Amino acid sequence: MEIRFSNRGSTLIAAFSGELDHHFAEYARNKIERELFKATTRDVIFDLTGLSFMDSSGIGVLVGRYANISKLGGKAAIICRNSRIRKILEISGVLKLMPVYDELDDAMRALHSA
Amino acid sequence: MQPVNEMKLEFLSKSSNEAFARVAAAAFVSQLDPTIEELADVRTAVSEAVTNAIIHGYENEIGIITMVCRLYDRSVEIEITDKGKGIEDIELAMQPLYTSKPEMERSGMGFTVMESFMDRVKVRSKPGEGTTVTLFKTFSSEKK
Repeated sequence: MEIRFSNRGSTLIAAFSGELDHHFAEYARNKIERELFKATTRDVIFDLTGLSFMDSSGIGVLVGRYANISKLGGKAAIICRNSRIRKILEISGVLKLMPVYDELDDAMRALHSA
Repeated sequence: MQPVNEMKLEFLSKSSNEAFARVAAAAFVSQLDPTIEELADVRTAVSEAVTNAIIHGYENEIGIITMVCRLYDRSVEIEITDKGKGIEDIELAMQPLYTSKPEMERSGMGFTVMESFMDRVKVRSKPGEGTTVTLFKTFSSEKK
């Protein structure tokens, strides 16, 4: 599992690839926390497009980061097209915290129109 | 009903074996020609059950996890057993969002995910003796 970071305007994009399970949860958490700590951006997009697998351990990682982002006044959104991962996001209530989109452009528009 | 095929795996409760267990289960189950989505459902549910055994059953100590897969005509039964600490209150443990380990950022959604990706989930547990989670799923009758 790998996470690559990039900036688009005032938004940090965290692009996941590989498989996100309990084994990689701590690695993912630490990597995003370090990046958030040094970032000058407030809003974050979690791009899950490159994930071939995620279970509920990934929910803990996303919700935990969301809590820190919103504490600092930032917003977050998710990009995900995998139907199984989307189902996990839905049943765990993550969609109530962060909207999910198919495309990066839609997520960017949503974050900056509100 | 007699299974048409059966396999049994034993592996250590290491988190690196979560991927091994779900891939092994999916490879075995693929004999029944499930759809890609159905196979992904099995992978996800197995991952949840094995993760529970590692985190909650053995609390990150090393123990043995046993996985038995039984294939029937169009269905599968997967049994995941640990000899760890067991569950005091199964009903509570299965409630959505309930977790005994919030400090570890556990979402409390493991059993809920298993239940929504499989047809049925059965949990047997005895405090101090361990837990067996059995996952059942019937696949669509059309073969690929």
